[in-house]
This record gives sequence, C-alpha cells and structure tokens, in this order.
Amino acid sequence: MKITIRVNGVGYTRDVEPRLLLSDFLRHEIGLTGTHVGCEHGVCGACTILWDGEPARSCLAFAVQAEGHEISTVEGLAPGPGKLNPLQQAFQDAHGLQCGYCTPGMLMTLTAFLAENPHPDEAQIREALSGNLCRCTGYQHIVDAVLRVAAA
Amino acid sequence: MKPGPFEWQAPDSLEAALALKARHGEAARFLAGGQSLVPAMNFRVAQPAVLVDLNRVAALDFCQFDADGTLRIGAMARYRRIERDAAVAARVPILVEALAEVAHPQIRTRGTLGGNLSHADPASEMPAVMLALDARFRLRRAGGERVVAAADFFLGPLATVLAEDEMLAEVIIPPLPSGSGTAFLEVARRRGDYAMMGVAAVLRRGPDGRCAEARIALCSAGPTPMAAPRASEALIGRGLNAESFAEAAALAVTEIAPMGSVQASPTYQRHLAGVLVGRALSLAAERAA
Ligand SMILES: Cc1cc2nc3c(=O)[nH]c(=O)nc-3n(C[C@H](O)[C@H](O)[C@H](O)COP(=O)(O)OP(=O)(O)OC[C@H]3O[C@@H](n4cnc5c(N)ncnc54)[C@H](O)[C@@H]3O)c2cc1C
Ligand code: FES
Ligand code: FES
Repeated sequence: MKITIRVNGVGYTRDVEPRLLLSDFLRHEIGLTGTHVGCEHGVCGACTILWDGEPARSCLAFAVQAEGHEISTVEGLAPGPGKLNPLQQAFQDAHGLQCGYCTPGMLMTLTAFLAENPHPDEAQIREALSGNLCRCTGYQHIVDAVLRVAAA
Repeated sequence: MKPGPFEWQAPDSLEAALALKARHGEAARFLAGGQSLVPAMNFRVAQPAVLVDLNRVAALDFCQFDADGTLRIGAMARYRRIERDAAVAARVPILVEALAEVAHPQIRTRGTLGGNLSHADPASEMPAVMLALDARFRLRRAGGERVVAAADFFLGPLATVLAEDEMLAEVIIPPLPSGSGTAFLEVARRRGDYAMMGVAAVLRRGPDGRCAEARIALCSAGPTPMAAPRASEALIGRGLNAESFAEAAALAVTEIAPMGSVQASPTYQRHLAGVLVGRALSLAAERAA
C-alpha cells in the first residue's frame, strides 16, 4: 500500500507491505541508516527514534502506522553538514562512544529526556538510559557526556 | 522481513473494530501499543492473519474521573499519558508509582493499559495493581458488553476470560475513600526490567486509627497476579504497626506460588515477597492520611 511518512520534516512516499517495520522503512526504503537495528524485539534500544517528539522503538511499529505522525531520527540532530549539536559534541568530547552501534538510540533517547529535564542528576540519567544497551563503554562516559550537557 | 504477512485493518470507530474481530475471530488480533505483540510477531511466535489496529480508535483513548471519583481509563490510553496525568497522580498515586516500573520510557510512549491487561503477563505490574485497587473491566463485543472484576479476569499466564470476539474496552477504578494510603514496591535487576517480585498495597485507616480496609496483590508471584486475601483480612481492626505488618507479610508468603526464573529462585522470590509486603504496608500506612 502507498504511504507517506514525515521523517525529520520531509515527506517520503513509498509503496510498502503492512508488515514492514518502521526501522526497516527508515533503513531500506529511504536510506536513513543512522537508525540502527540490534535485537528487533524492543530490548536493546539501538532503533530508538522520536515519534511525535517521544522516544519509541522503531522495531516495534509498522511503517504504515506512522502516517500522520512526525518521526525524528539521528540524521535530524546535527545543525548542518560537518556540524554536531551540543549533545553529539559532548559524546565526542567525553568519549561517550566506542563502536557507535548504540549511539543513535542513545542520542534519540537523551534528546527527548533532556527536552523534558534539561538539568538531570546522575541517577536520573542512569534511569533514563535503562532502555538502551551499550556493550562497549560501560556507560560511564555516556553519563559523563550527558552531565556536561546538563551543566551547560 | 521479520513478521509474517497479514492483512492490516485500521478502523477509526469502536464499532468497526468490534465488527472486524467478530468477523475474523481467532485469525485476528487487536494491535494496541504493539510492545508485546510486535516482538512476538518479529519472532514469528505470533502470526495473525489479520491485525485490527486500535491506534486510530479515538473513543478508546481517555482517562477521566466521574463526579463521584471513579476513574475510567480507555483501553488505548498509553502509559505515558496516564503517568503524566496530574489528577491521577493526586488521586490514585499507586498507578503512577507502579507505571514508573513498567518497562522503559521508550516502551511507555506506545504501550497501553488495555494491551497490558489483555496480555496478562503474570510478571507485569499493572494486573496486580488492578487487583489491589479492586478495578473492574468493561469487555465489549459487537452488540454486547459485560463488566468483570479484575479478580475474575486473569486465568493464567497470558490467559484471560476474553472471548474470541471480545475486547477489553475500559478500566473502571473505584474511588479511594479518605484515610486510604497506597504503595507499590518491586525488586528488579534494573529499572524497567520485569520484577523478580512486586507488591501493591492499598489500605485505609479508620476513624479509630485502626486498619479498616486492606488489599494486597503481588506480581511475579504465580501464574496470574496473586491477591493475598488472608494477609489482607488479618490486618482488619488491627493497629497499623510493625507487628501487624510482619504478621500480614508472613501470611502473604503462604498465599503465593512463585514459579522462579533465571534471575530468582522461588525461595528467593518468597523471601522478597515477605520483605516487600512489610515495607509496602508501612509505606501505605504512612501515606494514609
Ligand atoms: C523491552 C521491554 C520491556 C518490558 N518491560 C515490561 C515490564 O517491566 N512490565 C510490564 O508490565 N510490561 C513490560 N513490557 C511489556 C509492555 O508493558 C507492553 O506494552 C504490554 O505488555 C502490552 O501492551 P501493548 O499496548 O503494547 O499491547 P500489544 O502488544 O499491542 O498487545 C498485547 C496483546 O493484547 C491484545 N490486545 C491488545 N489490546 C487489546 C484489547 N483492548 N482487548 C483485547 N485484547 C487486546 C493483543 O492482541 C495482544 O495479544 C515490556 C516490553 C518491552 C518491549
Ligand atoms: S532493535 Fe529495536 S530495540 Fe533492539
Ligand atoms: S559504543 Fe559500542 S555498543 Fe555502545
């Protein structure tokens, strides 16, 4: 069926099967491969996107359901080519990533979290990250990155 | 593609959704938040031929108090909406307290109360909270409805009294009388994980300072959410103090049937239940104005 989905403010029209996951629509249909896919059952958080501004798993929704909603992905964060937003910059400065697999999901989760709570403490940050797994960093550097943004 | 093929129906009225379910019966599943059903479809554990998507049925998305204080929540009210509702936080605080333990923020954006209860996971927090609040559920089918008590709704792991053509449409929570206090406590490996043990406690301090009403229910404590009626009854007429709480906790441990998991043996789960019932009761008593 033919659908139009708005991603980072741009409308994309494609002909898809209802069983196409939103994560696969983003990656395979419109080439936005910044959204990563790890477990495809809601546990790892790599596929986290914003759905009308709220963090959600793109592997647990069908693309057809996203019509009429605003989807935001990691590609929409940077203010311009070659530039990073403050959260992305803090990840780089604090070594908040190693392989980077979890990073898009971390950034999207944290974007929504910081919009709601711009000055969280460490415990709140750890709680906000409970739904995002990272096998590299041990989380400490990610927490440090968020603390930098929170202090700014 | 991960899920098997299906026919997707996204009606915008409740009547149309019920008619679709009546027509397709067992071959069709309702799709609510999708936070349990879509993982099952991605594993192909579930392969429904028809999905009746309820996300466009606005008539199922509400959360409001009647004049008498009864709280009515539509099946498609999302966790996020309920946990941010200031009136719910003020009047039925145990709902908000327990929702903070349900999965992660990303899951709560889409997950719904109706989907959670219909899914009937015995490890889930909400079914136990519904028992403690003495909630009732309105079940609808094309051309009919019935109201069942939460205590009669859950039959076993992932099993409820819902018939093939029925939908859980509305959750009805009676008002908490003045003097009531509530608490929800759980132990999980990480925030957002399913509980190894969870306890919902609702009690009421009578005019004489003694316990006038008590309901205790536990999650991850058996094949369904488990009420602890003997522990609850033992509190009635007693002082709200460490001694009566310890007795209730000891009784509650005998009323559950924890099944164990990779994280916790049944023995450990029973230990947790004893500790958590005592703590939840004293917290609820502290909060009982
Ligand atoms: C990583 C992760 C962690 C989680 N952790 C927890 C946790 O700690 N605690 C917890 O409680 N849950 C947890 N969940 C599950 C989550 O709460 C689900 O949202 C919930 O169990 C199902 O709600 P849903 O709205 O997503 O329903 P869906 O997944 O859409 O549906 C679930 C089932 O109910 C049926 N159904 C849906 N709505 C109705 C209706 N109105 N009438 C009749 N049948 C209906 C569907 O057909 C399906 O069989 C977790 C999920 C994930 C992915
Ligand atoms: S890929 Fe979606 S949560 Fe892991
Ligand atoms: S940086 Fe490798 S998984 Fe997080």
